[in-house]
Amino acid sequence: MIRTISDDLVIVLAGEAGQGIQSIESILAQLFKMSGYNFFSASEFMSRVRGGANSTEIRVSSKRVAGFLDRIDILIPLHKESIPHLKKRITPATIVLGEKDKINHEGMIDIPFTKIATEIGNAVFSNTVAAGFICGLLKIDEKICENYILEYFSKKNEEIRSNNLEAIKRGYTAGKGLSGIDIKIEKYDDAKTDLLLSGSDAISLGALAGGCDYVCGYPMSPSTSVLEKMASYSKKFGIIVEQVEDEIGVVNMALGAWYAGARALVTTSGGGFALMCEGISLCGMIESPLVLHLAQRPGPATGLPTRTEQGDLDMVLHAGHGDFPRIILAPGTLAEGFALTQKAFNLSAKHQIPVFILTDQFFVDSKYNTPVFAAMGLKVEKHIVKTEKDYKRFSLTENGISPRGIPGYGSGNVCADSDEHDEGGHITEDLDLRTRMVDKRLKKFAAIRPDIIPPKLVGNDHYKTLVVCWGSTFNTVTEAVETLGEKDIAVLHFSWIFPLPENTGEYLKKAANIIVVENNSSAPFARLIKLATGYAIEHKVLKYNGLPFSVEEVKKEIQKFI
Amino acid sequence: MENIFDFENKIDIAWCPGCGNYSIRKALLAALKELDLAKEKVVLISGIGQAAKMPHYINTSFFNGLHGRGLPPATAIKACNPELTVIAVGGDGDMYGEGGNHLLHATRRNPDITLFVHDNMVYGLTKGQAAPTSRPGMETPVQVFGVFEKPLNPIALAISLDVTFVARVFCGDVEQTKEVMKKAILHKGFALVDIFQPCVSFNKINTFKWFKDNATYLPDGYDPSDRAGAFKKSLEEEPFPLGIIYKSDHRTTFEENFEVYKRDKSPLYKREVDMKKVEAEIRAKI
Repeated sequence: MIRTISDDLVIVLAGEAGQGIQSIESILAQLFKMSGYNFFSASEFMSRVRGGANSTEIRVSSKRVAGFLDRIDILIPLHKESIPHLKKRITPATIVLGEKDKINHEGMIDIPFTKIATEIGNAVFSNTVAAGFICGLLKIDEKICENYILEYFSKKNEEIRSNNLEAIKRGYTAGKGLSGIDIKIEKYDDAKTDLLLSGSDAISLGALAGGCDYVCGYPMSPSTSVLEKMASYSKKFGIIVEQVEDEIGVVNMALGAWYAGARALVTTSGGGFALMCEGISLCGMIESPLVLHLAQRPGPATGLPTRTEQGDLDMVLHAGHGDFPRIILAPGTLAEGFALTQKAFNLSAKHQIPVFILTDQFFVDSKYNTPVFAAMGLKVEKHIVKTEKDYKRFSLTENGISPRGIPGYGSGNVCADSDEHDEGGHITEDLDLRTRMVDKRLKKFAAIRPDIIPPKLVGNDHYKTLVVCWGSTFNTVTEAVETLGEKDIAVLHFSWIFPLPENTGEYLKKAANIIVVENNSSAPFARLIKLATGYAIEHKVLKYNGLPFSVEEVKKEIQKFI
Repeated sequence: MENIFDFENKIDIAWCPGCGNYSIRKALLAALKELDLAKEKVVLISGIGQAAKMPHYINTSFFNGLHGRGLPPATAIKACNPELTVIAVGGDGDMYGEGGNHLLHATRRNPDITLFVHDNMVYGLTKGQAAPTSRPGMETPVQVFGVFEKPLNPIALAISLDVTFVARVFCGDVEQTKEVMKKAILHKGFALVDIFQPCVSFNKINTFKWFKDNATYLPDGYDPSDRAGAFKKSLEEEPFPLGIIYKSDHRTTFEENFEVYKRDKSPLYKREVDMKKVEAEIRAKI
């Protein structure tokens, strides 16, 4: 019997940490893209450096899709634990390709990756053999594979290169020769000229385009990849990157950097952000700009360090004592991740308030092809003035925004104080002035309003059912809703979270049935909507086991409410 | 003679009458004037406490941030604009207590900034609790059985961490305080000056007289470049040595290590991002 897989193929690589799943994934990502296929990958892994059970999903499709699927068409388990680890997702339709010596699974097709690798000279080449095998299975151009593998290992010595070349060839031959599986995926030429990158790449490139020149952080999963990427750009783009002693130091350092005229980015995760809360409050008081990327992971406390959740919205919404304005953004796609991070720097500099970019492990670690970003679309706006002798940093203005001077540029004193202060920045206990200063800071809510990006509606404009979601779930939720085949349904996705777009209520008013989808346990975004619009969304699709939503489960859960 | 770092009009100062902070302010104003620094190039950074109010009483730019958190912004300000003279000021609680971790790591980075710590061995702003430098036996409304913790020795700590300018002065000697402040500001690298200061309201033990009786100037011929000797000296207590206890110029500064300033010395705010380079970086992902 021939098994045919058309248009959309899900391959899952599973194994222990340290077995090289990531290297197979990165080789395949480039090869599929070069061959003109749409590519998507997402990884889930344990919080350990060696051992455990991890997996990476690779989706190869003729259409541009980037939702996470539960379905596994082809599973390549590299370790015996992989089968029990993925048992909920393995069905009779799943083709399991593995090594009989290591894996015991009924119906598995024995592919001796290690044996082939050992024949070449060393078991370490088994990853390249497996990558070659998948390429052979999809019958992608053998020459492309061979050239790329030489490039991939170009920094290694001749022996390693030639052995990997042999490994990809042997794997390819084995994959091509496997009978019983027929994979038909239409090519999509645009993929070849697309970008292929991860969420953390998109955030980092957005920061570059936003004129970021100072980055500080303390390593913490899943936010560290942005810190590392910015460090890799530091020499080329003249960026100061510093690993600070703790997150309290991080946020205070970033505020110092902005005070001196730099454009600083902080990258952190929930626990680190919790330590920064007093600094966020200082940011509010001294009306400093600050761009902060928070890659969420499940809490409380250490929680599940390497997994995903949209659980920190309430914390970010309320972080810092006292009352002051802020902006919260949560990109749904890589393109938004880039554009919103770029824009965040200008917004923050213009309004002199903290701007938070909320992502999560699923967002930062997922990778797919997407049209090229245009950095030129937005200019870097510094919003800095040259000071005069009588300069007052907190001058009371019509819209609450005081021209921002920096020390050393002009002849005035630039005075910032965490106490309540007068216009010049000096401590005051003039309680009438205190009221005026609070009003001044809060006036910025009105100034922000014209900059707010409305939510994106996907689906039928004349919907009866409206599925509301935010942040990283965009691709999965829109794909789930499309595949439902319902006529009167639409998705309303928010990437501008706070202040909540003013027309939100109008979208909700038109719906007979509203469902919210959130990757957390208590729907904080629905609570925010209730607070801002009065609409209580009763139908909630929630997930909080540390994994991202799959297209299938969102579809199934939404169906229950239709 | 006029001092550009002082205010033209009389200012309202919140310190108690007789507070040692007045002498420290006098010394700092004189030091800034004598160094002939351009006013717009000086930034004072502080946290919270009585000492941390100092920036409000000097006519310069300042960043008066959070309790204990003076050093991270001070480090960043110098890093983003090395043309500035950056001086951090705080009390013993601010810098040695709440901000202890930042102090440790500032010594590792060695930014070219100066730190003045007003050390009065008590918490003044919160009205009389023990400080990290309080002497054993001091009874307070919180330490009701008397302080039994070992006092922090900031001089020994700094020398052990190879801070390249470590000094202690007594604010009762305004002249020495001023002279050491000037040298500390001119020193390339992180400089710590611990300033003994009586708290007239909440410390009835470590009074002006006590400091006078329990501190002594370094002997003639003392060699501050000998680190081991300086460390030994730093362990002396009652009398505590006064003067520049350790000084060296063998370390590079935080800013000097940045690639950012290797070819271009201009502060970050003067630079523009090259969007063509950014676009090329984006296209590298194709």
